[in-house]
Amino acid sequence: MSKVVVVDYGMGNLRSVAKAIEHVAPEAQVRVSSSAVEIGAADRVVVPGQGAMPDCMRELAGRGLRDAVIRAAAERPFLGICVGLQMLFGHAEEGDVMGLEILPGRVPRFPDAAMTAPDGSRLKVPHMGWNRVHQAEPHPVWQGIEDDMRFYFVHSYFVEPHNPDLIAGSTHYGVPFTSAVARDNIFAVQFHPEKSAQAGLRLLGNFMRWNP
Amino acid sequence: MLAKRIIPCLDVNAGRVVKGVNFVELRDAGDPVEIARRYDDQGADEITFLDITASSDDRDIILHIVEACAEQVFIPLTVGGGVRKVEDVRRLLNAGADKVSMNTAAVQNPQLVAEASGRVGSQCIVVAIDAKQTSPGKWDVFTHGGRKNAGIDAIAWARQVERLGAGEILLTSMDRDGTKVGFDLPLTRAIADAVGIPVIASGGVGNLQHLADGVTEGRADAVLAASIFHYGEYTVRQAKEFMRDRGIEVRL
Repeated sequence: MSKVVVVDYGMGNLRSVAKAIEHVAPEAQVRVSSSAVEIGAADRVVVPGQGAMPDCMRELAGRGLRDAVIRAAAERPFLGICVGLQMLFGHAEEGDVMGLEILPGRVPRFPDAAMTAPDGSRLKVPHMGWNRVHQAEPHPVWQGIEDDMRFYFVHSYFVEPHNPDLIAGSTHYGVPFTSAVARDNIFAVQFHPEKSAQAGLRLLGNFMRWNP
Repeated sequence: MLAKRIIPCLDVNAGRVVKGVNFVELRDAGDPVEIARRYDDQGADEITFLDITASSDDRDIILHIVEACAEQVFIPLTVGGGVRKVEDVRRLLNAGADKVSMNTAAVQNPQLVAEASGRVGSQCIVVAIDAKQTSPGKWDVFTHGGRKNAGIDAIAWARQVERLGAGEILLTSMDRDGTKVGFDLPLTRAIADAVGIPVIASGGVGNLQHLADGVTEGRADAVLAASIFHYGEYTVRQAKEFMRDRGIEVRL
């Protein structure tokens, strides 16, 4: 039986993530946990996250989970969601903090100057709602999901990988931005698969079957 | 392009949907979870529960409803009604809500918006503004379900809650609510143009053209409606097809 841990560091809607995984993988043992030991023993690790990046980094460190997350991202199927994606990178404009620096790149905010729609109206930040994700490359986690499907986003910052090879998906909102990254055993997304109806459930199911 | 959102809203009293929902083949017309699931099937972009439970003894029931909903409905859920303190926000989010909306309590204590968004993040905090026209081009904020004039200009209040950390505004025209003659479009546009956060238009929807107008004329980022969906007049999918045919980006 596959053991998956949803990492609880006090930020965000973990229950929804856990319930969505249970829904697509009823045979799996899904745990919401803030124990480094449990994270270390999991077959798969999901790091969600909501709220401000500085708070997330502080809570992660404060609960002694930093190393467990870094280790999981190095060796087991790893899914980052929202801030769980952003924290994999380096410098974050939000609060001027450093992420875990597992992947090279930075995390800027949507630039005010670019936030105008074709009809002249203002593009609102946070980027909130359903937008299209263009798949940069085939990947087992995209399997069975049509290209340019809409997923649910809520965020004001996005990742900018230094290496374009990391980009697994991209989205346009005022500017083109990276909405999914993949490297080895890591897959991480800016949108919320647990809130993205059928497409999101499919992605979570794919992740649960993925053996990188 | 980001899609314009269509959001069905359910009034929930002590765990039951009030104003009977008129779907065919619904086993239990009062069960908010079953109705939410139905709207999810129709392609709703989000669901909003407005908890109108009056008795404080029954206030926790909404938490169980939210928990059950989060197990079965995998689209965003906003819950409002009776939110008075940061602890209320936290409990609803922990139960599985994605956003919590506050109205009267925010007007009485604007610091609540700042505290709540500081604690859980702006993206989870919706401020509901009930506005009523007082003279041409001017609207006041009303509280207590539209019964009390708070004596605050609605546009100024919208800007203030944005500064305080609200992530979204749910704007209801008290003049139009329940009338089915369409949104107050000048109000919607005035607020949507005044702030940099998304605005949901509400109050007055009677047909699909009204929904489209809310987006095109009112410049709303999302439209919320109750009765046109509840009584089976239109499905969410029909609403989206109508909007798509008028050049509006929707998720279909």
